[in-house]
Amino acid sequence: MKALLSLALRSAWNRRFVLALVTGSIALSTLLLLGIERLRHDVRENFSQAVSGTDLIVGARTGPVQLLLYSVFHIGNATNNIRWTSAQALAQHRAVAWMVPISLGDSHRGFPVMGTTRDYFEHFRHGNREPLKLAQGQPFAGVFEAVLGAEVAHRFGYQLGSSIVLAHGDGAFHENDHDDKPFKVVGILAPTGTPVDRTVHIGLNAMEAVHLDWQGGAHLPGHKVTAEEAEHDHDLSPKTLTAVLLGLKNRAAVFSVQREVAAFRDEPLLAILPAVALDELWDVVGVGERGLLAMSALVSVVSLAGLVAVILAGLNERRRELAILRAVGAGPRQVLLLLALEGALVTTAGVALGLVLGALALLTGAGWVQSQFGIGLSLAAPSAPEWRLIGALLGAGGLASLLPGWRAYRLSLVDGLSPRI
Amino acid sequence: MKCHADKLPDHMHNTHQDSPQADPRASALALRDLRYRWPGAASDVLDIAELQLAAGDTLFIRGPSGCGKSTLLSLMAGVLVAGSGELSALGQSWSGLSASQRDRHRADHLGYIFQQFNLLPYLSVLDNVRLPCRFSAHRAQRAGEGAAESLLQRAGLPEAHWRRPAGQLSIGQQQRVAAARALIGAPGLVIADEPTSALDEGLRESFMDLLLGACAEHRSALVFVSHDSRLAARFGRVIDLPTLNRAASAGVPA
Repeated sequence: MKALLSLALRSAWNRRFVLALVTGSIALSTLLLLGIERLRHDVRENFSQAVSGTDLIVGARTGPVQLLLYSVFHIGNATNNIRWTSAQALAQHRAVAWMVPISLGDSHRGFPVMGTTRDYFEHFRHGNREPLKLAQGQPFAGVFEAVLGAEVAHRFGYQLGSSIVLAHGDGAFHENDHDDKPFKVVGILAPTGTPVDRTVHIGLNAMEAVHLDWQGGAHLPGHKVTAEEAEHDHDLSPKTLTAVLLGLKNRAAVFSVQREVAAFRDEPLLAILPAVALDELWDVVGVGERGLLAMSALVSVVSLAGLVAVILAGLNERRRELAILRAVGAGPRQVLLLLALEGALVTTAGVALGLVLGALALLTGAGWVQSQFGIGLSLAAPSAPEWRLIGALLGAGGLASLLPGWRAYRLSLVDGLSPRI
Repeated sequence: MKCHADKLPDHMHNTHQDSPQADPRASALALRDLRYRWPGAASDVLDIAELQLAAGDTLFIRGPSGCGKSTLLSLMAGVLVAGSGELSALGQSWSGLSASQRDRHRADHLGYIFQQFNLLPYLSVLDNVRLPCRFSAHRAQRAGEGAAESLLQRAGLPEAHWRRPAGQLSIGQQQRVAAARALIGAPGLVIADEPTSALDEGLRESFMDLLLGACAEHRSALVFVSHDSRLAARFGRVIDLPTLNRAASAGVPA
């Protein structure tokens, strides 16, 4: 066996150029397969880190997944708002310990702006029930003050005291800027690895103030309210919200509170348990994930087919080699093993190369993915599902290599010492 | 052959139980009423009444191509098995062994030289010579340390070439390396299939000197097939295959 292994190695090395191509294609399919698995895992990990300690999220009646996506992940938009009075009613509920209001819709240079109260910094939890920490400064107190997520501050180099201008909606039109009411940065949060990093936090009253002279998504012509007027002469108590986060005194009450919210008289409301909605999301996303995994498995099959084709194609020229091996005492079974070993070696090299490429891609690309998509990818030893994929690749490569091995076995039996070339 | 066995360490005779042990007193080769027919063929390609080769003897088999000599050599090497009749190499009948036992017996006791392309191009010259030792512990033990080096020295191959890939050698050098490989571990029987046909006259003579000299020194019996009658004079016995083979008139290509 050892003798055969070293022969297989030398033989493979002798045809290294063509085998290197096959190794490369196996490496790329390994990278694809494991990359998708890693991405799938890390995205789920990131999403599940985004909110914790919140028992219920309440918003206008819509789909649970949609409510979760726009309230926590700031993906998509709310179809409807809820009334401030409803939120206050919920806060008064005997089972509710705390209530954090959320008002969304504006943006700053592509990052979402969230109106909330100082309670947010006190009650919001992420990851393993971690509270938010301010890296610098403090929560907003005045109207035109903002607290930045770590990524927002880092991207644009904002410091405490920087002045920022919010944009109405997604900021697609310059005329929609709230440039008449600039905000001062008073706090910068420590990184959390969640959507919080990509969010500009302002007070609910500030959200109200920038929209005083707006209606239906546009400036009211001839109706200008200056920042000072807004702050001093107007009622800045909020009218509507996007959603509220609720913490309960006793988690056991979560389902009864959820039912009560659903039966709320004043307006149609929906309450979701974040973890349950997340599971629903994964059910939806799972179809796509399985599709991707199936595609990359197919790519692996194609690259292994390439391996078999290359070894088989070279076999005819190696019939002389098989005759020499037979003459020095190799049996047809050893010839089979030799060829199968060659394929297995190439597969192993390809998978190993793929793992190295994957690690390099993570090392170089994780920062970009973090800043572009807010998804933290981590370089870690392969997880159990990844090991299973690696094992499946190696097993499939070994099995596929039996094919040229079998052909060599047949050839060495037919040819004996006189190959017909 | 006998003096060979004397060289073996005593334990050698016990360690090799799974392979049939050659009997040193037996003849190198014994054929009786041998017939061979290719699967599906209408008539025999070989039909030989009798042929004996004593240990350490040299035999020249002369025959044009197409008289069944490749088939005969494959039968002698135990790669093919005769349909009927008896063929023993070193006292062991090939037909009495399983396929893997035949491979083992061949690895242990036979050397084989092809017409050309004898070497694995991806191995060094030294590794090519040592190739039989990879497949036979018996052969490796008999050869001992330094056997490949001394055989190459004897073959007159410059030491600078020993670690080069075998594919870089000239054809004459390759055939000498092939002879060294066939002779490593002093097999009881060496079979050579027209090994000089690709060599010009000067190289042919020196190759013959090497092969015959080394066989004599190792007390290895030699079966040498060629259509070049000029070489016949150097052998102990000369046989004309078409005369020996009663099926030769059938004209089945070898």
